[in-house]
Amino acid sequence: MSDPILVAPPAGAAERFRPPVSAASEPFWEATRVPRLVLQWCRSCERPVHFPREACPTCLGTELEFRPASGRATVHAVSVMAKPANPTMDGRGPYAVALVDLAEGVRMLTNVISDEPATVAVGDAVSVAWEPLSDGRHLPVFVLDPSR
Amino acid sequence: MRGAAAIVGVSDAVSSTGMLEGSTRALEVQVIREALDDAGLAISDVDGVFSNLTNGWAASLELAEYLAISPRWTDSTQTGGSSFEIGVEHAAAAIALGQCEVAVIVYAATPYSSFKRGGGGFGSRQGTPGPTPAAEWEVPYGNRMPMGAYALVASRHMYEFGTTSEQLAQIAVDTRKWATKNPRARLQEPITVDDVLASPVQASPLHKLDCCLVTDGAGAVVLTSAARARDLAKAPVLVLGTGTCHTHAMISQMPDLTTTGAAVSGPLAFAAAGLSPADVDVAQLYDSFTITVLLLLEDLGFCPKGEGGRFVSDGVLAPGGSLPANTTGGGLAYTHPGMFGLFLLVEAVRQLRGECGDRQVPGAEVALAHGSGGVLSAMSTVILGTEATA
Repeated sequence: MSDPILVAPPAGAAERFRPPVSAASEPFWEATRVPRLVLQWCRSCERPVHFPREACPTCLGTELEFRPASGRATVHAVSVMAKPANPTMDGRGPYAVALVDLAEGVRMLTNVISDEPATVAVGDAVSVAWEPLSDGRHLPVFVLDPSR
Repeated sequence: MRGAAAIVGVSDAVSSTGMLEGSTRALEVQVIREALDDAGLAISDVDGVFSNLTNGWAASLELAEYLAISPRWTDSTQTGGSSFEIGVEHAAAAIALGQCEVAVIVYAATPYSSFKRGGGGFGSRQGTPGPTPAAEWEVPYGNRMPMGAYALVASRHMYEFGTTSEQLAQIAVDTRKWATKNPRARLQEPITVDDVLASPVQASPLHKLDCCLVTDGAGAVVLTSAARARDLAKAPVLVLGTGTCHTHAMISQMPDLTTTGAAVSGPLAFAAAGLSPADVDVAQLYDSFTITVLLLLEDLGFCPKGEGGRFVSDGVLAPGGSLPANTTGGGLAYTHPGMFGLFLLVEAVRQLRGECGDRQVPGAEVALAHGSGGVLSAMSTVILGTEATA
């Protein structure tokens, strides 16, 4: 597995909102300390589940486990915020918010980190990257696929 | 159930300054009184209440206590902006079943005054993220809400169907044409497509003029049985059909970004009414953003999926167009106090009564009011008709 891509927030950027950790998603957030992307899967119906839950939303089964994820995704929709949505996003300039479809078949809201956010387009190939949080976790974000 | 219940009284409180005097509770009482007066009914007739905004823990209980009434039908359903269409659906069913006879649905909010006084406005969803799925999976990414969610949807619609910013802008232009005919509208100056495109981008591809207002506002509707309605002050407006569907709470969980629950709620409402989109004389379509209207036109069946942009491009929604829509000036130009669904119902009723003056759609017999709540999350369609449609 290739080394994780780390991205530093811009100098002077405000501290990101630190997401709370729900009981079902604790393994997801623990893995971000490595950092490594994992996804919850239902062992009964062999489907990935995101966001993590106490039960599979397809079969209501409770045999769920976390498995490593590829980190590869495609931009499904994207919007550039002209201004920070709230003070935790101050100091970043315009930034791209995107829905990305992971290769495993689930969708996440995220940021595609780019010096030119307006050029991020639906259909772009992206890879997971990690922005450090002050509590030792990392926030999964994405960058345009470096191999393309 | 078709035509078993009727809306018999309406009221709304708005101001062209965007601000209203008084507490939200005082505004609720004002519009309830006015709507009952409009119907020729008294508060003592009311045996059903619907309220979706709570100061504590139980919206309809707090309202009924304040009014000192003891309703036998109660509903605190909260789906955001579509709550009131769902309220009509529930009230009409309750009336048809004899569970109540006179139901009041009310809403009041003063986010603009709150904001001007240095308060938090309406944005409680973004202001205090708790241990919710949204706090864990969406808030860290700074999606400006609610417009960021709609911007993502618009970007996808453009990608899949070639929809353009100019086509979205046309919706704002045509809606504003209606507002020029409404002296109570917040924004009454006509605008052009170029004006919309020149307004600042809030969340690409949406411009400021693609986005609804933030104003104060309040409104109420009163329903009763069709039989009792015929003895009241105004011509009854019959509830012909309703439908509801919700698909998600967070935008990242929306099953299909370009198809909303209106694709379910609309056909349910039309089937119950025995009508089709071609029968609608005037449409009130929740216009939180221009993209909302475009999706609703497609999902309710006014045009095929993906063709909303072309459908609106020749002014079909404007005065004189074949589908007069959002005849108050809508959430884009009339009023939008956090949630707009109640105002859609009020205007639909006024159009069917012929009370709309310069903006009246001549001979309107069938009106559709469609509410959208959350981030295209909860959809509810109400089809109303004059007595001639019974």
